[in-house]
Amino acid sequence: MTWALDHLDEILTRAVQHAWLAGLPLVLGLLIALPLGWLANRKAWIHGTLLTTTGLLYTIPSLALFILLPSILGTKILDPVNVIIAMTVYTVALLTRTVADGLSAVDPATRQAAVAMGFGPVARVRSVDLPLAIPVVAAGLRVAAVSNVSIVSVASLIGISQLGYFLTDGYARTFPTEVWVGIVACVLLALVFDLVILGIAWLLTPWTRVRA
Amino acid sequence: MIRFDGVTKQYDTGSGTTSVAVDHLSLEAPTGKITVLVGPSGCGKTTTLRMVNRMISPSSGTISIDGRDTASMDVAELRRGMGYVIQHAGLFPHRTVLDNVTTVPRLLGVDKRSARARAMELIERVGLDPDLARRYPAQLSGGQQQRVGVARALAADPPVMLMDEPFSAVDPVVREQLQNEFLRLQSELSKTILFVTHDIDEAVKLGDQVAVLRIGGVLAQLATPATLLSDPVDDFVAGFVGRDRGYRALSFAAAPELRLEPEPTVPLGASAEQVRATGATWVICVGESGEPLGWVRAAAVTESVTRDLLHRGGTVASTDGSLRALLDAALSSPSGRGVVADTEGRFVGTIRASEVVPVIEARQAAST
Repeated sequence: MTWALDHLDEILTRAVQHAWLAGLPLVLGLLIALPLGWLANRKAWIHGTLLTTTGLLYTIPSLALFILLPSILGTKILDPVNVIIAMTVYTVALLTRTVADGLSAVDPATRQAAVAMGFGPVARVRSVDLPLAIPVVAAGLRVAAVSNVSIVSVASLIGISQLGYFLTDGYARTFPTEVWVGIVACVLLALVFDLVILGIAWLLTPWTRVRA
Repeated sequence: MIRFDGVTKQYDTGSGTTSVAVDHLSLEAPTGKITVLVGPSGCGKTTTLRMVNRMISPSSGTISIDGRDTASMDVAELRRGMGYVIQHAGLFPHRTVLDNVTTVPRLLGVDKRSARARAMELIERVGLDPDLARRYPAQLSGGQQQRVGVARALAADPPVMLMDEPFSAVDPVVREQLQNEFLRLQSELSKTILFVTHDIDEAVKLGDQVAVLRIGGVLAQLATPATLLSDPVDDFVAGFVGRDRGYRALSFAAAPELRLEPEPTVPLGASAEQVRATGATWVICVGESGEPLGWVRAAAVTESVTRDLLHRGGTVASTDGSLRALLDAALSSPSGRGVVADTEGRFVGTIRASEVVPVIEARQAAST
């Protein structure tokens, strides 16, 4: 406890870095997964291929991705961009199927009514399908957020500053307190992400809270 | 006017075979009238409806509206110019009743304030409490949702309405209410309506003309409801139109002015002496404004006439009603005398079945 209080500044700095590395990819990944999930629903033949491919991306070991990306992108090994991109890939892997499921769960009668009322394809997705998919997409985002917070900690192995540093440093120094601080900080951060996503979804879906 | 000219829709069912959903359909849905498409499932009635707003495109043939080929029109413009009502209303669950109703005007670029003002007007017009405007669809009953569906379809005041089994998913009592209000609305609005149902009774009740389709999308008969009942073109139509055709056809014959028998009436709460003083076995009990409440058997009254002594089985015919209602009132009356009320609902007299039947026979003789 004393150690944690003594190092509060460092913990907060690393937590903010961690939040960026896990949170920005969440937003980027969602922006990519939305059109991909929509595409998967448009055509039956693309549905299986696309969802399997994106799903498989999640199986690439994160350490391998952190190390390989610089050689593919031409970035420096210590550039946080590598982590951002890797985490975006994982987010896309988790969210594409969720978005596809969310969009396909819209009641056919509702969709049909929208088409009959003269909504174009884009307007329909924006005004009808997407709002109705929010609860499903938010559930997927919560999973992706926790997963991102967890995976980002691995990046300390390639020297990117975030909360994972306490895990590797504590291990190297055989100092369990520091490891515990890292774990607790990660859990708290994941909790914050979870609450933020829940809160946004709550604000965006007033109709789900009415009683019949 | 919506005009179908040799419209066919066929689907590929794989391996070079096709199935025909609609087969060389030609018919006209006249302006300002209700045309009902009716038939068993698989007769292509919904496919036919959806070809009008191009949710399904015909394989061949043309559909035109007031002489304009729909295939040449901008599809969004075409759809926004037609109200569309479906079975489960298809309301947007994430939008309030008010925002559901303003959908099409907003798509057409009407500003929010005037769209909302118009929507409130429509919400009341379809018989909904204005307080419901802020609710979400999940907070409404099936019948209320369906009314919102109708208001939404009417919001941009389209000349054409497409209705696909709009009243099928609600219980019979609500369905009848909705049907009656729909007819009342139509008498004020005179839209060109294409209405799909599988229920022949609904078709006969609502249609100015009824198109009976058989499986495979072939038009079996296009006629007024009265003609459909009295003169079905073949066994299929006769079978589909169903039993009691002769009796049901009387719905379309206006009740003539008949001499009605006056009856002694008693108010609710009348004493046993008052009832016996009429000298009748069955006596009509009327309410405060003269409306018939039911028959009461004189012998059953020991102290006074109470509500639970009233016989509720008898129907009441209106002086401006149909021959069917008149005959039914007589047949359903425990006294054998059918209760007739004027257009205000006040009791005017009774009539016996034996007096109605000669009118029916004379009418038949005149038509052959």
